Amino acid sequence: MEKTMALLEIKNLHASVAGNQILKGINLTINPGEVHAIMGPNGSGKSTLSNVLAGNEAYEKTQGEILFQGKNLDDLAAHERACAGIFLAFQYPVEIPGISNMYFLKAAVNAVRESRGEEPLDAMDFLDLVEEKKKMVQIRDDLLERAVNSGFSGGEKKRNEIFQMAMLEPRLGILDETDSGLDIDALRIVSDGVNALRGSDRGFLVITHYQRLLDYIVPDFVHVLVNGQIVKSGGKELALELENEGYASWNGEQQ
Amino acid sequence: MKSETEKGFDGLADGEYKYGFVTDIESDSLSPGLNEGVVREISRRKQEPEWLTEWRVKAYRHWTTLEQPTWAKVEFPPIDYQAVSYYSAPKQKIDAPKSLDEVDPELLETYEKLGIPLREQEALAGVVAVDAVFDSVSVATTFKGKLEEMGIVFCSFSEAVKEHPELVKKYLGSVVPYKDNYFATLNSAVFSDGSFCYIPKGVRCPMELSTYFRINAANTGQFERTLLIADEGATVSYLEGCTAPQRDENQLHAAVVELIAHKDAQIKYSTVQNWYPGDKDGKGGIYNFVTKRGHCRGDHSKISWTQVETGSAITWKYPSCILKGDHSVGEFYSVAVTNNLQQADTGTKMIHIGKNTSSTIISKGISAGRAQNSYRGMVKVVEGAENARNFSQCDSMLIGDRCGAHTFPYIDINNPTAQVEHEATTTKIGEEQIFYCNQRGLDTEEAVNLIVNGFCKEVFKELPMEFAVEAQKLLGISLEGSVG
Repeated sequence: MEKTMALLEIKNLHASVAGNQILKGINLTINPGEVHAIMGPNGSGKSTLSNVLAGNEAYEKTQGEILFQGKNLDDLAAHERACAGIFLAFQYPVEIPGISNMYFLKAAVNAVRESRGEEPLDAMDFLDLVEEKKKMVQIRDDLLERAVNSGFSGGEKKRNEIFQMAMLEPRLGILDETDSGLDIDALRIVSDGVNALRGSDRGFLVITHYQRLLDYIVPDFVHVLVNGQIVKSGGKELALELENEGYASWNGEQQ
Repeated sequence: MKSETEKGFDGLADGEYKYGFVTDIESDSLSPGLNEGVVREISRRKQEPEWLTEWRVKAYRHWTTLEQPTWAKVEFPPIDYQAVSYYSAPKQKIDAPKSLDEVDPELLETYEKLGIPLREQEALAGVVAVDAVFDSVSVATTFKGKLEEMGIVFCSFSEAVKEHPELVKKYLGSVVPYKDNYFATLNSAVFSDGSFCYIPKGVRCPMELSTYFRINAANTGQFERTLLIADEGATVSYLEGCTAPQRDENQLHAAVVELIAHKDAQIKYSTVQNWYPGDKDGKGGIYNFVTKRGHCRGDHSKISWTQVETGSAITWKYPSCILKGDHSVGEFYSVAVTNNLQQADTGTKMIHIGKNTSSTIISKGISAGRAQNSYRGMVKVVEGAENARNFSQCDSMLIGDRCGAHTFPYIDINNPTAQVEHEATTTKIGEEQIFYCNQRGLDTEEAVNLIVNGFCKEVFKELPMEFAVEAQKLLGISLEGSVG
């Protein structure tokens, strides 16, 4: 059988923010259908990794290589990466006053479609898609009409992120501390949404500080990120180990 | 170096000025220069009655005693008023076109390029009646017949002088007197044409009335004059659009618009101003010095100004309302965009005179490149104006760090029952917002469009449908050509 191409291959990735070296040689491979969790203490570089993958210009890749479906990401600007199928569910989704969530999503969906050479969705088809997807995260109609993330509660913002992910159907979903600020009910809804999107051709990178989220979104692999490097990888049981022992021992090793 | 945000904005605000073409058409122009003889010659060519000639001459004589005002926050080299031609009319085979068939086809083509297919509009039982002003002369007015049946007069200013002299004489200069200010006085002396509109008592104008202004000839000033009267209980919505060819030298535009709303009348006046703004280095572009004022003359009357200002090298413009009637209402909604070396000093004056009058001011200024964008507004409540209310909101958005936004609110309250609120904000378009949009598949240009359009939403929703679309396009919301 022919070996399938990796969805994401990160090789010896170094990156800095405002001159500070944050990532110091990350190696990680995600195959289609796999869910990888990255856990680590504050300041270990979790959010930097997600921003570098998504192409945020505030973060500078200083060394290494990132291949997405075999393509070097250096050649793609942030919006091109999104169109290629990388989706980042933000830890702190920003507000865009005056632009309704629906309008924003329609622009996004059609930008992605256009990049794939597909016809843009008209209003009717778009609404049908919204009806289909909104059930997944139980998003209320009034949130769809309101300006993007404006006046949303923390939980509503996170649900909106997952709703957008469902609408855009990416190949790789990156969840950047999606569990932060969620109560247990919201956590369950968001997790159910993500689980419904799991499939053999889609991969996930779930970044979290706490093991709790991984009770709901059960990963295939867990990696421990400390001080800009992956210090240990394992199965889902590694998350439980961490929960019991904490990150202290890893931090200790680094010092 | 320019940030990504600025680059994105460049694409939308200054990309290509697509109205920059010049129409090759013979025109009948006066040679440059201004003196009493020129003023009389303009009047003679237009076969005007003596009272109007004398009015012009009085204005000219007054103008010679005035100095160009310097209080606005705009800088430009001195204007040589003697280098401007004060009259330019497209030469036509037949003196005044009786119908569109008699209008020069090349001229019609120009209007089609501008997106105003006059022919089509006449053919379709459309929604907009258009009066098109090319250089100085009004060339075609559509839907005239249909409007006449309702008693509505909508024609060129010259025609109104001939056909309805009593109305012109009664209202001309009654809102903006010829002594009003330097540019309005100049306009009063040399105005060559414009639009005239009268809505009779109790008539609700069934369609949007529209004027398109186009400066074509080189070294020509455009000095049009619009006079719009809504009689008791009448309602009208009026649209104005402007473009000019791309030329290296500056062109002068000094227009006057007078609105009169009688008892229970309502006037909505919308402008999308897209005069040529000049190039990246500030070469060329229109100097736009415009006096627009509305007079709520009767009780319960209402005048609403909406403007989207994207063009011109310099904008000096303060559409205002005099709220004389009791319970009268004045509104001003404005979006002013400046990029590169554009300068805008724009705002409004709300003068509360009647009892229980109210006014609303919503101003959105967007500044990019090295542009300067100023809001200048006055709210005045006179002694007898019981229970006046005003709400003002002035928001500025900065794109990049070399541009400026300024707010000059003047408040002059002479009655203790007045309630006046003023809110102002300044925001910088956020890299985080742009990245969020990028991450959802939108390129930086689209992202900036989206954010800017969101910022302007409160004003855009006041525009009539067709204009709202045009305004959004002007800010580049269309995805056309930006992906790929």
